[in-house]
Amino acid sequence: MANLVVLAMISMGGLGLVLGSGLVLASKKFAVETDPRVDEVLAALPGANCGACGYPGCSGLAKAIVEGKAPVGACVVGGPKVAAKIAEIMGVNPEGETKDKKVARVLCRGNVNNAKFKSEYFGIKTCRAASLVNGGPKACTFACIGFGDCEKVCPVGAIRMSEDGLPVINEEKCTGCGLCVKACPKMVIALSPIKNEVHVRCRATMKGKDTKDVCKVGCIACKQCEKVCPFDAIHVVNNVAVIDYEKCRNCMLCVEKCPTKIITAKFDKRKKAEITDACIGCTICAKNCPVNAITGEVKKKHEVNKDLCIGCSICAEKCPKKAITMTRE
Amino acid sequence: MLKEIIFIIIGSVFVNNFVLSRFLGNCPFLGVSSKTETAIGMGMATTFVLTMTAVAAYFIQNYILAPFGLDAFLQIVSFILVIASLVQLVEMAVLKISPPLYNAFGIYLPLITTNCIVLAVALLIPSKSYNLIESIAFGLGAGLGFTLALALMAGIREDLEFADVPEALKGPAIVFITAGLLAMIFLGFTGLVPL
Repeated sequence: MANLVVLAMISMGGLGLVLGSGLVLASKKFAVETDPRVDEVLAALPGANCGACGYPGCSGLAKAIVEGKAPVGACVVGGPKVAAKIAEIMGVNPEGETKDKKVARVLCRGNVNNAKFKSEYFGIKTCRAASLVNGGPKACTFACIGFGDCEKVCPVGAIRMSEDGLPVINEEKCTGCGLCVKACPKMVIALSPIKNEVHVRCRATMKGKDTKDVCKVGCIACKQCEKVCPFDAIHVVNNVAVIDYEKCRNCMLCVEKCPTKIITAKFDKRKKAEITDACIGCTICAKNCPVNAITGEVKKKHEVNKDLCIGCSICAEKCPKKAITMTRE
Repeated sequence: MLKEIIFIIIGSVFVNNFVLSRFLGNCPFLGVSSKTETAIGMGMATTFVLTMTAVAAYFIQNYILAPFGLDAFLQIVSFILVIASLVQLVEMAVLKISPPLYNAFGIYLPLITTNCIVLAVALLIPSKSYNLIESIAFGLGAGLGFTLALALMAGIREDLEFADVPEALKGPAIVFITAGLLAMIFLGFTGLVPL
């Protein structure tokens, strides 16, 4: 009996040794040359394998970068630090791709208090499944369904579903990878440049009265925002307000005017202009101010009325002496 | 002698086709048969593994296991050991020779290790007491039969892409139905050779 066991161990062990050494020899003979930079780039990448770059996992991106098919800044999750490291490995200068960092924003305020429900949903608790059943349980077909597909797919944990049924995005953590945008079946989440603070949190294209029937806070296309905007940055298109992020200067006048408060911005992020002593009194700022917040005589230092100032920064841009600074209170 | 060899080969390619009559090796059969080139490549790789496994199985059974009475319980372990090493070898070779083919195989190349056909051939050789030449023929026949089945399925699937398949049957459903029909067709070879 013991004899058998010993024999078995010896024979299997011997077989394993023979095959193992055969494989080692074969691996030398069949060695494929891989660029050592692939391993270095792979080590520099975050290793989350989220696929936001469009390549199959971090190793796929590492290969693509070394082959020159992908730019060094392709990893959005890694951000500028990783891009700089990879640029060093590849021996190139990192491109300035991080200027216009985008973050995800939720374009709906139809939480359980504001939005009407047209049905009760029994089924798989994912947004994608619920959206297949007559467009979701809420009366508004543009509404966030609230089962958290976005929360599950975020690779950095920047999205959390709050108790009232809407996702809350931590803009510090968000890397702009766009996975949540793809995961949402209602396209409620959209990427926008991080510098834009004002957002219309609604996408419903029904007529104002119909929108009001299904949601307390939806955009009713009253056009107050369009009328008040000094920069022609917001327009009501298809019964919903849309902001042109190129033109918007974060003055937040539309936020003040909106009757349903569907346009949101953090007022404490609003900047105020302040004129320094470098001012030569050329009055260019006063002439360009859309709300006439700057007063002053020619050739004398001008002054900004902080109550009227909307922080649009036009004066700061126009000042030939760069005498105006924009500061947060 | 030659007659036996021919019978064995025809037997394992047509009459007892490992995929379509014995219903082994369905995973790569369905997974790699969407394009003819990949299918034939996979068939070749598996044929190589099968033939080498047949040889290894013969030697291990007759010189290591049987003399020491170990064959009752060590057959499967030792055969899997050999199969896994051979597949590793094939993987390295394919990566070296043709990286695009390696990418096309994807996960199915290492999965040859778990291909039931390979272990079946290894286990059937001791049970049928084939000698060395017969074992080689058996392994070769199994591989050729597998390649034949794969190539047939790939050809049909390439045409199925343009056929008017009902919505509910699109995808795996119609492929399985086709496989079943192919299996029925191969039933027609019964009795072709005495087994």
